[in-house]
Amino acid sequence: MKFIETFLHGEEGLFKPKTLTPMQKLVLRFVVVSLVFYFFALFEGMLMRIMQVDPSLMPADQYFGMLTAHPLVGIFGSTYSLVFGAFLFLVPFLMKKPIWSFKLANWTWILIAAGTMIFWTAGFLTHYSPLYTLYWPLPADFTQFNPLGGAIFITGIAIIMVGTAFFVINIFATITYTPEGWEKQPSGKLIKSALGIDAFSNLFKKRDKQKEHLVSLPVAAVARGTVDVALNAGIILFTGVLILVYMVAYLMGYDLKHSAIDALLYKNWFWWGLDLIADGLVLIFVAGTWYLLAMLITGKQLFMQNIARAALLVELVVSWTVWSHHLMSDQAQPGILKILSGELVTAFELITQGLAFFITLVTLWSARPLKMTNPLKFLLGGLLGFGLAVPAGIMQADIGLNRILHNTQWIIGPHVHVAILVGLTMTLYSAVYILFPIVTNGAKLYSQKLANVHFWFHLIGGIGMGAFMGMAGLHGMLRRTLYYNGEFNLYMILAALSGTLMFIAFLAFFYNIVMSLGLNGVIQVFTPSKLDVKDTVPAAE
Amino acid sequence: MVDSQVVLWGQTIAYTCYALAIMALMAWFGYKITRQGDAYKAPTKLFYAFVSVLIVAGVSLHIITYNTIPWAPMDMNRADIKADKVFEITVANHQFNLPAERMIIKVGEKALFNVTSADLTYGFGLFRRDNSMLFQMQVVPGHNNDILWQFNKPGVYSIRSTEYSGPKGAQMIVENAVEVIE
Repeated sequence: MKFIETFLHGEEGLFKPKTLTPMQKLVLRFVVVSLVFYFFALFEGMLMRIMQVDPSLMPADQYFGMLTAHPLVGIFGSTYSLVFGAFLFLVPFLMKKPIWSFKLANWTWILIAAGTMIFWTAGFLTHYSPLYTLYWPLPADFTQFNPLGGAIFITGIAIIMVGTAFFVINIFATITYTPEGWEKQPSGKLIKSALGIDAFSNLFKKRDKQKEHLVSLPVAAVARGTVDVALNAGIILFTGVLILVYMVAYLMGYDLKHSAIDALLYKNWFWWGLDLIADGLVLIFVAGTWYLLAMLITGKQLFMQNIARAALLVELVVSWTVWSHHLMSDQAQPGILKILSGELVTAFELITQGLAFFITLVTLWSARPLKMTNPLKFLLGGLLGFGLAVPAGIMQADIGLNRILHNTQWIIGPHVHVAILVGLTMTLYSAVYILFPIVTNGAKLYSQKLANVHFWFHLIGGIGMGAFMGMAGLHGMLRRTLYYNGEFNLYMILAALSGTLMFIAFLAFFYNIVMSLGLNGVIQVFTPSKLDVKDTVPAAE
Repeated sequence: MVDSQVVLWGQTIAYTCYALAIMALMAWFGYKITRQGDAYKAPTKLFYAFVSVLIVAGVSLHIITYNTIPWAPMDMNRADIKADKVFEITVANHQFNLPAERMIIKVGEKALFNVTSADLTYGFGLFRRDNSMLFQMQVVPGHNNDILWQFNKPGVYSIRSTEYSGPKGAQMIVENAVEVIE
């Protein structure tokens, strides 16, 4: 009976959805959506791991449809949901002011969830599979793909980008606006502080240097990462419209010439946009989250915080000039771009991310002894993930090494999956564990043992999977293809076993969260709150 | 010219050592951070020393590889290097169209593979019999895609598309397409 009671009403009945503010409910909705799509991506990932061992289990077009949807569901459906939800809560929470538009924030999760379901369903039913790279003219190759399925797929992505634009507007408006009844806020100065323009102009001032930062470091990190979110949404929307033009024309009986678009120019353009995620907003948001977590865990100021703040601006500029490392095997790409953008600017990421790594560790060290709480252990896992993945990326962004690494499992294993699953996801889990009592008004975690299982299985599984994929890559195994003769089965079986550990880790986490909040509690997260929308957390009585 | 397998072994050893070191460091840090210790304020010079190490590591990697991996400078300067053999290859409709004569190269010769695509973006890679990769490049439609390679060992290589071009791309393999003889 106790099990049913806990399952329905949460651990010790401590989670009381009626006490939640609209903002708390909002962030929990984002979390639920994120976890659902994380499960999608994880389940698809496991199916593909099995297919890598035995490709006869599924038709190839279904496999590649899944390969197309998998990263998009993971990044947009899951990670964007979690990150946007957390930041839409944290920016007003840290600035102690109401969010600019609660309605817009609510529409953000709805559009992201709907858009993800639309493109996923279109991909599942029609096997539209140009991959996330969309190398021209593959997305408009209607000898291989159904144009209607493709049009619905691209529309789903466009809907997500509209939700993303709502997030961007809300973040910058929240930072700069003056809430009703407040003294007029210095909007210009706030935006300059958030983007680092004031600190940059300080470098050239001899007198009247601004000493105080109007916006705290974590909010500055959110603002700077959000610049890349905005630019990326613009690039993806524009590209989506371009592809849609070809699709709609084809459906209307016109066959537009593919050669009207230069494939290499398009590749540069699209990678410039995609890298605003991979080498832009992810790194900036992660660094900002590390700083916030380190300060919350230790209760101390960040070590070298002015440098940390400046580095976030450098990271933003680096993210605009780094894309060419994806085109080092493109022989028509100018050599100067390969060296400057591909090698040297990319090497800057070792510095900016290494600096964030160091600052976070020193801040933690200054407060020892610390209790090994869930937020701390997941933060250390996240730091380790980037400690492993960033140097792996720097190695492949090299003219000599890229020739024998590009498009192998090395890229997607030790670099991409370790960065995302160990580095990014464990950082986000750390944030989830630390925000859990704040957004639930003190709900208690159901089981610490399950949290430990979540940590160790995820860490070992993530690093193990990346390592075995990397070993396969070093032996010549390509990504984005299938091997039909068991050429790399040993590595793929070991990678699948590691993936299974991560799958178990997620189930343990999900079960733990449901048992902590109770099924009723999870459902009530989606009902309207009767409390004041202006309060981020319940007002003190 | 150094074989690409030798370079990969070097990378494997270097990255494995690094990975083990960073994991050991984080395990040690995780242990020590929970233990009682002196209040420690890190000196700023430690920070700048660390940043200097990162700068040196980031830049020196490329200088070292450029000067030790022979195909790197050869690739950047391939327009000025005369090839001993030139092979024209076209790709269309998920098929490699190879020269009519078998591609045979003598050990020590530099061969230029000039690959053009009539439709999609493909990849072009040479693979050993154990499936390990000798080299690869992208094949972008509407552009010249050429790679110069010096073969220093006898062997037989297969061609495989190294870029996704739709589900049919996984079958783009030409077994034993290139032979290197003494």
